[in-house]
Amino acid sequence: MIEVKELVKNYGDKRAVDGVSFTVRPGDILGFLGPNGAGKSTTMKMITGYIRPDAGSATVADIDVAKAPVAVKSRIGYLPESAPAYGEMTVQEFLNFIAEVRGYRSSATRRERVELALTRTHLLPVRRQVIETLSKGYKQRVGFAQALLHEPPCLVLDEPTDGLDPNQKNEVRTLIKTMSTDRAVILSTHILEEVEAICTRIILISRGKVVVDETPDAFRARKPGARLDSIFRDLTSADA
Amino acid sequence: MSQITPVFKREFLGYFRSPVAYVFLIVFLTASVGMAFFVGGFFKANQASLQSLFVFQPWLYLFLIPAAGMRLWSEERRGGTIELLFTLPLTTLDAVLGKFLAAWAFLILGLALTFPLAITVGWLGDPDWGVIAGGYLGSALMAGAYLALCALLSSLTKNQVIAFVLGVVVNLVLVFLGWSVFNGVLTGFLPVNVVDFIANLGFIPHFDAFAKGILDPRDFAYFGSVIALALTLNVVALER
Ligand SMILES: Nc1ncnc2c1ncn2[C@@H]1O[C@H](COP(=O)(O)OP(=O)(O)O)[C@@H](O)[C@H]1O
Ligand SMILES: [Mg+2]
Repeated sequence: MIEVKELVKNYGDKRAVDGVSFTVRPGDILGFLGPNGAGKSTTMKMITGYIRPDAGSATVADIDVAKAPVAVKSRIGYLPESAPAYGEMTVQEFLNFIAEVRGYRSSATRRERVELALTRTHLLPVRRQVIETLSKGYKQRVGFAQALLHEPPCLVLDEPTDGLDPNQKNEVRTLIKTMSTDRAVILSTHILEEVEAICTRIILISRGKVVVDETPDAFRARKPGARLDSIFRDLTSADA
Repeated sequence: MSQITPVFKREFLGYFRSPVAYVFLIVFLTASVGMAFFVGGFFKANQASLQSLFVFQPWLYLFLIPAAGMRLWSEERRGGTIELLFTLPLTTLDAVLGKFLAAWAFLILGLALTFPLAITVGWLGDPDWGVIAGGYLGSALMAGAYLALCALLSSLTKNQVIAFVLGVVVNLVLVFLGWSVFNGVLTGFLPVNVVDFIANLGFIPHFDAFAKGILDPRDFAYFGSVIALALTLNVVALER
């Protein structure tokens, strides 16, 4: 569903992403792991068509992002890091705007989509509240609601649980799990328990390169008995 | 192209979600009318026209339009919503046009609020309505040209203050090029046809024609070209 081949991105003379390749199939929840600055966000920005790669390609449903960006964007739900949203709008106004851009042109279907997204992400109590006045947890849910609204076949979630309290984290994980049936999901994180909790595959990147691409079980088997954290530390300690 | 509508709606209604819009409209109105009354001698001139309103507009726009245009892209950059916007299924051109047209409509609304002045003139005397209509049309087109440049400049920075200052400076250059006083100085050491050429690059000669009720296709073409060129560069700057 999502196929990434030899992606490269340079910022100045710094190589942020260095030949990353992987495939995500429907039903997969890919945990995109790596220390801060490893190149996770940059890779996601290239998949979602926000920035252009310097080399390599990303395809979604066999459509190349570079060749048909709009077609790819309509198939992806994307939660950018720190869940940006138009702060002066209410939750409902914002989602209504997203629904309209997503092609729901009749106000009845739009209302239906927005209602469903609000319900799923438990945003009903704050639907008429201005986004900039929401707490971090609610803002994150707005980002989720926005990404799920059109039931996309692919979800790209950049640090979806960042800054949430443990209860909220759990809630978000449950939501991702329910959404993942028949969908290709990529989520980035630097928290390992997250991967253990929901991911079906792990990709670990470090300094822009894939160092590990395997199942959570295989990952754990690298150092039997040890916690995932310590394996992670071993593999990425060169970065610190 | 149909994606322009949701962007336009969000942006235009967005103005009214903050008190800044109302403050802006009030400043627009009091400054326009105040200049006409106190500097332009609206009553003293004792003529049934809006000449005293229109003569100051190129100068007034110098500050008002960068104030309205500075936020167009800077705010999206600073808030990170630009990433959200450009991962939605729309083209850069859709977004540029939607935003520009919304801001332009907002400025035209400000301009329309001065219409009671025209009604007063009609009530006190017997004005040439064709000339008044020409003045309003020219003013709207000139506002579009100022705004397109400000939109472009605002896409270059996430700092609204810088966007404002750049907007004033660039527009000041274009006002000066066509300002009769400046052209008078130039004729001291340049051939007349060169000075004419320089003057024609500026806003004022084209606007003056409209304000006299002369609708010359070349003046339409001038403002149209400034708008088209600035918006094209705006797209290029955003896709960079
Ligand atoms: N716009 C940018 N300009 C310059 N360098 C950048 C930019 N975005 C990211 N980088 C650099 O690229 C590297 C990868 O960043 P990023 O993809 O955000 O990492 P991660 O999401 O894994 O924390 C970092 O070293 C970061 O400093
Ligand atoms: Mg990141």
